[in-house]
Amino acid sequence: MTLVSGWGRFPVVDSEVLRPRSFEAVAAAVAAVTGSVARGNGRAYGDAAIGAVRTIGMTGFDRVRSFDPATGRIRLEAGVLLSDLIDTFGPRGFLPFVVPGTRFVSVGGAIAADVHGKNHHGEGGFGRYVDSILLRTGQGETIEVSREQNSDAFFATVGGMGLTGIILEATMRLRPVETGWIRERVISASDLDAAMRALDAGDSATYSVAWIDCAARGRDLGRSLIYLGEHACVDELAEGADRFPVGKNPGLAVPIDLPSMTLNRVSIRAFNELYYRMGARRAGGDHVVSLYPYFFPLDSIADWNRIYGRRGFLQHQCVIPEAGARDVLADILDRVAKRGDASFLAVLKKLGHGDGVLSFPLPGYTLALDFPVKGDILNFLDEIDRLVVAAGGRLYLAKDARQSRATFEAGYPALSRFNAIRKSLDPAKNIRSKLSQRLFDEV
Amino acid sequence: MTSRKTVLVLGGSSDIGRAAARAFAKAGYNIGLAGRDAAALEPDAADLRARYNIEASTWTFDVLDTASFDGFVAGLPALPDVVVSIIGLLGVQPNAESDLAHATTIMRSNYEGPSLILGLFAEKFLGRGNGTIVGVSSVAGDRGRASNYVYGSAKAGFSAFLSGLRARASRGGVHVVTVKPGFVRTKMTEGMKLIGPLTVDAPVVGDAILNAVEKKTDVVYVSGKWRLVMLIIKTLPEPVFKKLKF
Repeated sequence: MTLVSGWGRFPVVDSEVLRPRSFEAVAAAVAAVTGSVARGNGRAYGDAAIGAVRTIGMTGFDRVRSFDPATGRIRLEAGVLLSDLIDTFGPRGFLPFVVPGTRFVSVGGAIAADVHGKNHHGEGGFGRYVDSILLRTGQGETIEVSREQNSDAFFATVGGMGLTGIILEATMRLRPVETGWIRERVISASDLDAAMRALDAGDSATYSVAWIDCAARGRDLGRSLIYLGEHACVDELAEGADRFPVGKNPGLAVPIDLPSMTLNRVSIRAFNELYYRMGARRAGGDHVVSLYPYFFPLDSIADWNRIYGRRGFLQHQCVIPEAGARDVLADILDRVAKRGDASFLAVLKKLGHGDGVLSFPLPGYTLALDFPVKGDILNFLDEIDRLVVAAGGRLYLAKDARQSRATFEAGYPALSRFNAIRKSLDPAKNIRSKLSQRLFDEV
Repeated sequence: MTSRKTVLVLGGSSDIGRAAARAFAKAGYNIGLAGRDAAALEPDAADLRARYNIEASTWTFDVLDTASFDGFVAGLPALPDVVVSIIGLLGVQPNAESDLAHATTIMRSNYEGPSLILGLFAEKFLGRGNGTIVGVSSVAGDRGRASNYVYGSAKAGFSAFLSGLRARASRGGVHVVTVKPGFVRTKMTEGMKLIGPLTVDAPVVGDAILNAVEKKTDVVYVSGKWRLVMLIIKTLPEPVFKKLKF
């Protein structure tokens, strides 16, 4: 057995990690024990990509099967990383339609979590651009699932956290782009109402997201910088600029676990103050930025999860339905600001409808906050969860490491439908993760 | 696309082979992948075509079947511009100490076969007046160590062969590169305890091979740290060295 954790490095649990090199070996690995789940690049924060007994590492499956430049349609193995797709097909004029906040995720993981990006409000999530999926089910069948064929299994697999089977391959569409640059507009919002108004006004933008200063209180509560973005055309680029910018591998790396007090009330407040002021100075006119810093600001620092110290951290990402969201968000932000230990990665953005049975998004506002694992943080997050549930909201499973069954069941009314589809694909529940044991499976 | 250069990768199914093929394809080369089972290489060839819009072909090549080498080279539709041999077999040292057949396979896979096939290509390249030969050897060949001297001695022989070939071929317009990767996270090293700061991923080696070919480097330690580590290991006096267990 090996100790395994997600990106948040909490919890750390035992699971046997295998790295099969053929689909036959995947099938054999799943058949041999009860309790396997696939793992892509390990960027799920909590326990989603850790098998109850056995974890099937999929990053060795990194081949592109075919690509049609006329349509942008691509068939690929599930372990291909989005970073690889961007680096390879970007220069040929194609990007993924949807990218999350890190490009170091696998296609299989992106489907399983039905990840969303800064364009979810208008263009939907990752699954919307997936046409079909090759799935190895828990009962030992290899099936192709799509909107037309095995459609229940398809919609359960999109956002199904890997619980419908091992995603082996997928066919998806890439977005034709003229350049790898984004025309960005920064808007500073002095409080939560202004931030929400700016996000509402940004509904017509392709990309919109707000960085929110969760250390600000009182009059400044919810002050934010809103980043709107559009794909830039060739004639918007600076003279001599390459059509496609070079994505540097992370230069800086966090070499060790920093002491957990590195991020404290004072350093977070100081950082946020500085960040807000610098952003506010850039507010106003449009400027063209490389897609890499626009979409993946933290990817330039390798192993940034280590700044939270050895005990790891929790990301709490909820979505609150649009009606009544303002007061709930204000309540949450006020409680968070009082604690003072949420760090600079606080993000507010609007979401639209989810596509999969268990997809996280619903029309409303999503708020993501990071907290180091210490003190009474688990109790505090339980309190926040009560506010989320009362407002009809829910938590993102790809980030979750600690929500209760009650919170989960209240937030995902389609759970019984998902369970029925899962049962039809895998009556013996051979596919099980630590997350499914915590939230789905009978005890 | 006849103007494209071509590279033939011997050992195309290995992780370093796949990485090297991608690096060259990305740089615009057409790729030939050679391995024991050409059909098994087809998915990798398809991957290269889909990604980089180049031509990729697959070839059957068995490094232990030296009698087939002349026919293999003659059977290629055209002589490639670059030949890269990634072929190697780590084997199991404790077994190789008593099992002569296993030791022989390690020696032949790491020294005899790669040297003979690259030597053969060198003759053809010299006849043509240009070409680049790349042999992936190992830091293990820099000094025989208790824990892997069967493998290490074969790599030492291969490194010496490449060194001599380079000296001779350079006068005829043919360049020879020796690559010593150090620890690489691959199928071959899976499960081994590797030292993090001295370990790289296969794509780093692939890029280093391309870089060495384009810059005409002679000997490449993929991570500069290894040059220092091996300098120290090579300098240790034998009475001290023989007491070390690694």
